Amino acid sequence: MASAVTPPPQAVTSRGRRRTGATPRRLPYLLIAPAGLLMLGFIAYPVLSVFYYSLQNYNPTKPWRNGFAGLDNFTRIFTDDPRFWGTLTFSLKWVVVEVTLQLLFGLALALIVNQTFVGRALGRALVFSPWAVSGVLTSAIWVLLYNSQTGISRYLADLGIGTYGTSWLSDTATVFPAAIVADLWRGVPFFAILILADLQSVPKDLYEAAEVDGAGRVRQFVHITLPHIRDAIVLSTLLRAVWEFNNVDLLYTLTGGGPAGETTTLPLYIAHTSVDAHNFGYASALTTVAFVILLFCSMVYLRLSKFGGDAT
Amino acid sequence: MTAESTLSPAPADVTPPRQAQPPDRTPPPAARVRRRAWDEVPRWQIYLPLGIYLLFTLVPFYWILLFAVRPAGSTSLLPWPMTTAHFEKVWNERSFGVFFQNSLLIGVAVLISTTVVALAGGYALARFDFRIKKGFMLALLCSQFVPGALLLVPLFQIFAELRMINSLGSVIIAETVFQLPLSMILISGFIRNVPYSLEEAAWVDGCNRFSAFRIVVLPLLRPGLVAVGSFAFVHAWNHFLFALMFLSSQDKQTIPVGLNTLMGADSVDLGALAAGGVIAAVPVVVVFGFIQKWLVTGFSAGAVKG
Repeated sequence: MASAVTPPPQAVTSRGRRRTGATPRRLPYLLIAPAGLLMLGFIAYPVLSVFYYSLQNYNPTKPWRNGFAGLDNFTRIFTDDPRFWGTLTFSLKWVVVEVTLQLLFGLALALIVNQTFVGRALGRALVFSPWAVSGVLTSAIWVLLYNSQTGISRYLADLGIGTYGTSWLSDTATVFPAAIVADLWRGVPFFAILILADLQSVPKDLYEAAEVDGAGRVRQFVHITLPHIRDAIVLSTLLRAVWEFNNVDLLYTLTGGGPAGETTTLPLYIAHTSVDAHNFGYASALTTVAFVILLFCSMVYLRLSKFGGDAT
Repeated sequence: MTAESTLSPAPADVTPPRQAQPPDRTPPPAARVRRRAWDEVPRWQIYLPLGIYLLFTLVPFYWILLFAVRPAGSTSLLPWPMTTAHFEKVWNERSFGVFFQNSLLIGVAVLISTTVVALAGGYALARFDFRIKKGFMLALLCSQFVPGALLLVPLFQIFAELRMINSLGSVIIAETVFQLPLSMILISGFIRNVPYSLEEAAWVDGCNRFSAFRIVVLPLLRPGLVAVGSFAFVHAWNHFLFALMFLSSQDKQTIPVGLNTLMGADSVDLGALAAGGVIAAVPVVVVFGFIQKWLVTGFSAGAVKG
């Protein structure tokens, strides 16, 4: 490891040849080509076809109505679809609550396990482990925990807390917190891991200098730690927010969007519209709207947080 | 913690309270006296919140383990008497054995392809200024905004065209593509943390760009690559939409798809669901636990400081 920090002077493969393998001007393009081509073929092209379908009436089960629709789908979304506004509002509420809690807990967790203490490696491994579990598996675990017959509520009822047969997932009053807790379980480690990774790169001599200048723990955190991990926080928050917005796995399998459509996010509504109702044209229009909203919010967020402003 | 730091005016020679930072390496002798103070964060401020969080983390794991080994009909909160009946059932009757192999194959393939492709791209983003860089970065971010669920139909059409439906390759490609943007952003961040001057020094010593990267940068990147690779593996292992849509025959299916079927029709069989969940969780959690240790030592060894 130490030898890696100081470049070994003799261990060279092609001495005497050109310093760079390819002309510097072309090299970056060559390097991004594999990723770029894959994304062009398997993300950009499908996205464009979604945009295309958003202007069509396209429903494989009703082929006689298929054809160019112009902006009809979009007009219907904004003027004649109460479910759109309902699911959009729930999506925003879901993302804001979920990501805020995840970030706060994740940051706290990262700062704690960044300390030196006995059993740190084991502690880290254990608290981060739910991160390895996601999607269907998270749902399976929490379906078992929330089960009205054999779940936690039954054992709480044994202790005299609550009543037997309580199903937190089918009660409109408890379904939101129940889903939030299930999602926090696997979301907090994501933040904690990314923030911890960045915490490790903060130069320690900065803290030493700050100590010499008499800065306390809080001031060191605000003036040294936070600025250093800012980009990690900005990026992980943005990615997580978008991911939480788009993710259908958890809510679909945990609550099915219910009870009474109470936990249907916009993407879940889109999935219902396309996969279950086969109304692919309208679903594509909804996706386009969701895409624009996310894009706009993300740009505003990146601008406000001055992402990458001091990147070297 | 606030009170402590505001009360002490902390002149230079007094040891002020500490900010979170692990002395992973033994501090140089000169700094030892001051550095000892890193350990002054009260122990309870670490163990109490960590303990509470640990409880929240582990209870769900315990719950699914309990249901997996508990005989049907039992309501005991302790895992005995123990039975392996649920495991035998899902492994043999529900073909979780076959699913397991498929998932493993997909996960490893996605890990390798994602890391290699993202490493190349991430290096370009970290070390070069080129004309389409901003646009490319923007495309990376934008690609994250698309609900993956809705790309299923166009993707299905593409793979049908390529005659890749019902081959594991389709899932490997789709998972890799959706892992790439985040992986590339992360890797370019890790590379940016390695001072460019290290590479330049290697060039002066006669390395070309590639050998300088391999000898100087790559070893320092190991923790980052482990993180990105495990991200990719875990996502590919857990994700089920692509496998569900692109793999039609039973012998090509993956673990999450099997789990989804258990949750559907006969959700009454909680034991089978729990056993399936444990089978799905154990590999990722075990691999993660192993990587976690590696990550800690990797970070402390690979950190670039003066």
